[in-house]
Amino acid sequence: MRLSALIRLNVNGEDHALAVPAQRTLLEALRYELGLIGSKQGCDKGDCGACTVLARPRGAAGRGEAILSCITLAHDAQELAITTIEGLAGPQGLDPVQRAFADCGALQCGFCQPGMMLSARALLDRNPKPTLPQIKEALSGNLCRCTGYTKIYEAVQVAAGLRSPAQRAPVRSERAEASDSVAQPVKEFAP
Amino acid sequence: MSIGERFPKSDGVVKADGSGLYTDDIAFPRMLHAKILRSPHAHARIRSIDLSAAEAYPGVVATLVGSELPAKYGVIPWTQDETALAVEKVRHVGDAVACVAALDEQAADEALRLIRVDYEVLPSVLTPEDALAHPEIKVNEKAKVGNITKHVHLQFGEVDEAVAGAAAVARETYHYAGSTHVPIEPHCAVARMDADGNLTVWSSTQIPHYVQRELSRVLGLPQSRVRVIQPLLGGAFGGKSDPFALEFCVAKLAIKTGRPVKILYTREEVFYAHRGRHPMKMDVTLALDRDGRIAAVDNRILIDGGAYASFGLVTAYYAGQLLTGPYRFGTYRFDSYRMYTNKPPCGPKRGHGSVQPRFAFEVALDEAAAMLGIDPMEVRRRNFIGEFVETVNGQKITSNGFLKCLELVEEASGWKERHGGKLGRGRGLGVAGSMYISGTAYPVYPNEMPQSGVLVKLDRSGRVAIFSGASDIGQGVNTLLCQIAAEEMHCDPREVTVVAADTDLTPVDLGAYSSRVTYMVGLAAREACQKLAAKLQAAGGATFAEACQRAEAAEGAPLAATGGYRTQKLGGDYRGGTIGASPAYSFTAHVAEVSVDEETGIWKVEKIWAAHDCGKALNPTLVEGQIEGSVYMGAAEAQMEEMVYDEKGLLFGPSLLDYRIPTSLDTPELDSFIVESIDPGGPYGAKEAGEGPLHPAIPAIANAIHDACGIRIRELPFYPHRILKLLRERDARGARGKERAAS
Repeated sequence: MRLSALIRLNVNGEDHALAVPAQRTLLEALRYELGLIGSKQGCDKGDCGACTVLARPRGAAGRGEAILSCITLAHDAQELAITTIEGLAGPQGLDPVQRAFADCGALQCGFCQPGMMLSARALLDRNPKPTLPQIKEALSGNLCRCTGYTKIYEAVQVAAGLRSPAQRAPVRSERAEASDSVAQPVKEFAP
Repeated sequence: MSIGERFPKSDGVVKADGSGLYTDDIAFPRMLHAKILRSPHAHARIRSIDLSAAEAYPGVVATLVGSELPAKYGVIPWTQDETALAVEKVRHVGDAVACVAALDEQAADEALRLIRVDYEVLPSVLTPEDALAHPEIKVNEKAKVGNITKHVHLQFGEVDEAVAGAAAVARETYHYAGSTHVPIEPHCAVARMDADGNLTVWSSTQIPHYVQRELSRVLGLPQSRVRVIQPLLGGAFGGKSDPFALEFCVAKLAIKTGRPVKILYTREEVFYAHRGRHPMKMDVTLALDRDGRIAAVDNRILIDGGAYASFGLVTAYYAGQLLTGPYRFGTYRFDSYRMYTNKPPCGPKRGHGSVQPRFAFEVALDEAAAMLGIDPMEVRRRNFIGEFVETVNGQKITSNGFLKCLELVEEASGWKERHGGKLGRGRGLGVAGSMYISGTAYPVYPNEMPQSGVLVKLDRSGRVAIFSGASDIGQGVNTLLCQIAAEEMHCDPREVTVVAADTDLTPVDLGAYSSRVTYMVGLAAREACQKLAAKLQAAGGATFAEACQRAEAAEGAPLAATGGYRTQKLGGDYRGGTIGASPAYSFTAHVAEVSVDEETGIWKVEKIWAAHDCGKALNPTLVEGQIEGSVYMGAAEAQMEEMVYDEKGLLFGPSLLDYRIPTSLDTPELDSFIVESIDPGGPYGAKEAGEGPLHPAIPAIANAIHDACGIRIRELPFYPHRILKLLRERDARGARGKERAAS
């Protein structure tokens, strides 16, 4: 069988020792060795951003920068302190980014979402009041196929306190004038 | 109470904190991992497969080849033409050939390389034109004639006479490129065979019921022994509607080994599984009378289907049947051929079959209107079909808020002040409209049973449990079920448990496709909840829990009720007349604004305003999400997405680096408007919102490019080099015109 070596990972403030083969990616180690399934695999090669985690040198302050765990070898992550989506919520409950994503309808299928939220967190950590172009730039490594990104921007702005929740997604419904047909029987069809 | 509110998604928190389980997040003790060997040839006969070296490889537990699963399957009963693994022949690069299960994924992957397949390479056909011209090269034996999956020819009225007598005729050929869904979650399946003979398959499918049916058929197990469960699903868009090789392989390998088995497709394999947008070549004739009314539409459509039928029979119909609104057609004819070719199979992608002809039609409508000097908004208004009318092909339109949609996007975009060259060189606005079905009146396999069933159970604690076969693929049907329960029974929508998409536990639902879920599942759920609401009201009580207790006491048994959506008899009285027949149609209008750099052909969608008539927005946040996601996906097809193959049928760059989908920086500003026409048949007046809003994006962009620089682009994607070529042709025409004027 393949040779494994012992490595040490620091993830969400916890130290882990695990034996993995040299080619094991950080994503695989997180998902399949540590059971941190919130980091997702979408493309296997660094194109989609679903595997995004936050990383900083051990001992450094903050949560660090967004990195792609699917193109980082687990062996190369030993000097890092990693934050996954499971480590984003604190004792106070969900991180404001998580809360805003859930509240604003920023997610649909939710698969890109852990990576997207971590990129958003990294942005807000370094730039607490980003402009819309800055938000777009910071999230451009995370592909979302469901939302068209619009509500994701709103969620980041809500999380940053740049938009009040009440102001988010104003109701734009318009009633069609010709149709007051609620609760009426189906009208005769014209030929 | 709850209907119409911006209720947060019921699964929002488990998706936000990363704890939600998708298929690949499921693992079992002793689970094996399997990988599929795929064909390097577009078309080849398999002379032999030598598995001996793979079987001897360390870690390998079992292998599988096509002859072990020879039964053909397919969702549509008349076109079952696929096998789990190739039997005798491979039909496209990436076709599944053999499968290996091992202790881990890497061992399985390495063992694949030791399988020796002796292929006899056959001539292949890679375009629908070649498929027609070379019937002797048989791609798929299911085709009765040559390589034709399905030919549809339908005519309504005297088309040729109407064209002859028309005031303006636009007659052009359009090419729509193939594109694919790209859900961010790759397909995944896990199977477990229990010693008592019950098989369970967890799969990233959007139609558990069809996977159950086809697994039963191929494995020879009674349907009652096959349980399919859909965990959280990471996007689908139609791309997870078919049963796929992986579901059959994990099931068969679980049976062979007695151990759980998982397959997770790589991104590359997702591209080969495909079932995306059909490429179409469309010869379109659109004729307007003197008043700008549509006298005739005549479409000849050649559809590139790929190696298997998938839903292609329906595609051939939808390409024609869904075009006949929101405008009144005087006469109409379409002739569509869906061809087999040696490429990954096309299938249903969001806006199945109708996005391509809609593009061609809406551009042709602009062009013909321009010949008569009629404004694009005006020609669409003038041809509005109205409410409660029948289309030329016999589809019954109920509520119709299309005029309101047009009005909203006209106003929001500043159309009157800004369209018609008023924005200056290189910038312009374009408009387009569309219509789409809210489910199909005709179930994919004919039967008299309800298309949707919902079971609602009340607990004496006040907890409500809803059992629904419907698939929440991100669109939020589980959230809607909570809202419907709250609306009807006055319970707290946060105290509702939804048990969904589990064929053992939930009533049958035909799945998340054809935009059927809100309408059909919504009606079924409302019916069940109303039955219980009557009992709760009779029982009375200070709280919901107390009402549940008193009602249960009165009943003398636990409280539960079912509801169903019973298929209505709809559609035209002719062969195929039921295909495209829907209990209600949604309507959409878009205005797109583009900028074009005339020096380079590089262009950009600046903004899209989209107004969609969804009948009633049961949850406006979710409806806006569907509109915005649809517009994004449509704009992406116009901008950049294309499945490109080389001359041997090899897909270029089956990765997300090479097959580009828009990032946040590529996506235009989107502004969505909801129009509520309150449909008399839908639940609380609701119609669909998930697919209709995609359609107008492509033609609205094409029409905006014309407004910006006077060129008509008729081929997708609108690559800058294509735009530049058209600009140069335009300039050459202009120069010739000046020369003529000078001489």
